[in-house]
Amino acid sequence: MTAFLVVLVIILFGVAVWQMNKIFQLSKPEQDNTSEISTDQDNSLNGYLMLGFVIFIYVLLIACFWLWGDVLLPVSASEHGVEVDQLMLVSMALIFVVGIFTEWLLFYFAFKYRGKKGYKALYYVDNHKLEFIWTIIPVVVLAGLIIYGLFTWTDIMYVDEDEDPLIVELYAYQFDWRARYAGNDNTLGKANVRLIEGANQLGVDVSDTYAQDDKIVNELHLPVGRKVLFKMRSQDVLHSAYMPHFRAQMNCVPGMITQFGFTPSVTTEEMRLEDDVIAKVEKINEIRRKKSISLEAKGEEALETYEFDYLLLCNKICGNNHYNMQMKIVVETEKEYKAWLAQQATVASTLKK
Amino acid sequence: MSANSHDLAVDHHDDHGHHKETFITKYIFSQDHKMISKQYLITGLFMGFIGIAMSLLFRLQLAWPDKQFTVYEIFLGKWAEDGVMDPNMYLALVTIHGTIMVFFVLTAGLSGTFSNLLIPLQIGARDMASGFLNMVSYWLFFLSSIIMVLSLFVEAGPASVGWTIYPPLSALPQAMPGAGTGMTLWLVSMAIFIASSLLGSLNYIVTVLNLRTKGMSMTRLPLTIWSFFVTAIIGVVSFPVLLSAALMLIMDRSFGTSFFLSDIYIAGEVLHNQGGSPVLFEHLFWFLGHPEVYIIILPAMGLVSEIMATNSRKPIFGYRAMIASILAIAFLSTIVWGHHMFVSGMNPFLGSVFTFTTLLIAIPSAVKAFNWITTLWRGNLQMNTAMLFSIGFVSTFISGGLTGIILGDSALDINVHDTYFVVAHFHLVMGISALYGLLAGVYHWFPKMFEGKMLNKKLGYLHFWITAIGAYGVFFPMHFIGMAGLPRRYYTNTNFPYFDDLTDVNVVITFFAFFAAFGQLFFIYNFINSIFNGKKGPKNPWNSTTLEWTAEVKHIHGNWDGPIPEVHRGPYDYSKLDKDGNDYVIAGQDYVPQHVPLQDNEEELGH
Repeated sequence: MTAFLVVLVIILFGVAVWQMNKIFQLSKPEQDNTSEISTDQDNSLNGYLMLGFVIFIYVLLIACFWLWGDVLLPVSASEHGVEVDQLMLVSMALIFVVGIFTEWLLFYFAFKYRGKKGYKALYYVDNHKLEFIWTIIPVVVLAGLIIYGLFTWTDIMYVDEDEDPLIVELYAYQFDWRARYAGNDNTLGKANVRLIEGANQLGVDVSDTYAQDDKIVNELHLPVGRKVLFKMRSQDVLHSAYMPHFRAQMNCVPGMITQFGFTPSVTTEEMRLEDDVIAKVEKINEIRRKKSISLEAKGEEALETYEFDYLLLCNKICGNNHYNMQMKIVVETEKEYKAWLAQQATVASTLKK
Repeated sequence: MSANSHDLAVDHHDDHGHHKETFITKYIFSQDHKMISKQYLITGLFMGFIGIAMSLLFRLQLAWPDKQFTVYEIFLGKWAEDGVMDPNMYLALVTIHGTIMVFFVLTAGLSGTFSNLLIPLQIGARDMASGFLNMVSYWLFFLSSIIMVLSLFVEAGPASVGWTIYPPLSALPQAMPGAGTGMTLWLVSMAIFIASSLLGSLNYIVTVLNLRTKGMSMTRLPLTIWSFFVTAIIGVVSFPVLLSAALMLIMDRSFGTSFFLSDIYIAGEVLHNQGGSPVLFEHLFWFLGHPEVYIIILPAMGLVSEIMATNSRKPIFGYRAMIASILAIAFLSTIVWGHHMFVSGMNPFLGSVFTFTTLLIAIPSAVKAFNWITTLWRGNLQMNTAMLFSIGFVSTFISGGLTGIILGDSALDINVHDTYFVVAHFHLVMGISALYGLLAGVYHWFPKMFEGKMLNKKLGYLHFWITAIGAYGVFFPMHFIGMAGLPRRYYTNTNFPYFDDLTDVNVVITFFAFFAAFGQLFFIYNFINSIFNGKKGPKNPWNSTTLEWTAEVKHIHGNWDGPIPEVHRGPYDYSKLDKDGNDYVIAGQDYVPQHVPLQDNEEELGH
């Protein structure tokens, strides 16, 4: 309601300005035909505003970092993510230097050379040397970035299966995730949506010998320090498996199996002890406490205290519940992981009855 | 070639000069490029109004996801009972906002308006090569706009699968309500839009090639014409591909084919489709989709180059380098589409190739940015509203373009793909920038469109400064929520706790969005008011060199009352000094229009 009133006020204010301007215009005597062309006064005013504007941009930049520097993702929880973050840092540094410098030139020139009557602009058509310089500098810098980026990309995307990575299937459907562990043989059994029937939600081929020891779960547990290769499937529409803390993402495409591999390097427990994460969790809990107070006042249940967990999110529009399609990821020690996995039922025991 | 066409054009004029015009042939089914340009502009602005209004609705939702707003109920009816927005409606709003802004406002409204207005006037032609096709092009655009607007009112809601309409979501009505009739209408509307765009583009290309006046060589064309010309070429190259994708999608939807579908289990049953690939659709879509962003930004670049030179009272720096970079950007734009698909499941090697080509685009873009900045250097800047928007354009083009270095790098794209970082990037670099280009063009050429009437400058200044602050206020903080890992197209970000701390940022963004939208009210008022009550300015209000200002102020069929002026020089002879360097070439006048022959005291400089 308040927002509606705000909108109303804004609209009414607009109408008022409109009317005032109309009156103002009607009351003005007829002027010469150059009245809508900028004068020296306008040039000067806008020149100063240009200078003010570049300062506004800088202040906005600083304010954003000051206020919201803490919302950014914490340190990478995967091995390749450290390289990605490094590349990000280099690219960001470049962007900031170039951006701050060129924006300054643009607005400073706009201020410095604001028009005055009688001032002569410089007839300056071309300068091949200058143009060569600002062509060759981007060429060199970008060549460096491209090579750096391509090495990182190749490292991430080409998974060496000889390394014996842990094979896990991520299965996406409207609007949830399932994970299928390959079991002791570390080989996933065949599966196809055509085999979906009753309890066999993932369409696993129960006659396949590789499928017998597969384990289907709805919470992803990963052992720290071991390479995991995700094989992704989708049941219905496009989904995207986005694991921001691991700097990992890959679409899940119906009709094909996509893959992405990484090595988790920080357990959930360790991540919870990171300073950034502690601060972030505290901030979120503060927000939730405030919300709880108003909820309790309405007689509703208070919100639970939040604890950090890694998340798998859907990041490709997939329907009306897209915003809530997520799964918890737990990274733990090899021992904890094995203990957890041992408790999960195999396909053979759940589907073959 | 151009000499002949000049004669032909005169004949053409004589043939048609004495036609009696009725209200319908003059204002509705007009074949005159100036009227068609105004029709494009007004339709485009109207669609823009809808698009921006939609963005305000979903900005409210993002800032206060738990609050109820009566305004939802007023505009969305059954989709917002008790003032709570339906998630399907949220997706519909973002989908239609994207579609309208990209295609209807920034393609048709920008390129359609100014290509039509300026191509004949700046190259010295009586009209477009085919006035009739031009008229058909506009009316097809109008028809597609009507269908798109009508789709908002269908029972199950308009298309809501994202403006990129990736199948299978867009192919399966059982996947979500917004993939039903609304989606069909979306496809029909876009198919008609593409036909309109192709007719328009072919006309622009033919006109630029054949109807230039005597002396108007390709290297004397204003940069506006170069950019419209090249834009039309990439439109002709890439739009048909979207048409084929749309047709195949229609067949998948309605006739049971499997171009994009395979192995799908939905709503309790297995579909028969097999062998298709959604990745194929992504390739086809982005084969248009990426050039499309250049179809949007190139005309804006052309307009800005022209306006900057005029208002700096200086020639554009590096005219030939500007043309070369337009051509380079246009060429590269057709071979980078894969950077939208780094994590689509396509072969990672392709990702490497597309990273390489994508980052190359930064080079011509950097050249352009530096050339604009140098154009300002030691100029005599006339701060007309159009100039302010042009400077704003360069600013947002730089700040939005730079983040492209991150998104174009496949390794970095993995973690920011489809987050708000992308949203911030493309809104700055092509949304806001192109919008600035459009607005700069409107302020600059308003007198040409409305028979000498000018827009009010004070309201113009207010409009610019509010928009400039609002735009950065919206999209700068948006990078941060993107870097925090927040996916786009989430109806609410507080359904699970991890993103709770981003709500503050969203409130700030929404505040700035309303502030910027508020600024547009000044423009709407100024625009409508000036059409009727605008003050008449001089014939050449900005002391510009190009031919359009030599045409009659009053709109006549054929543009020039007498013969078409001949061209004797390049388009940017501002502040050129005579041989001795004492005074301007024409004493006391700091510009030499293109139709003025070489003076005795002047040195010819090829540029």
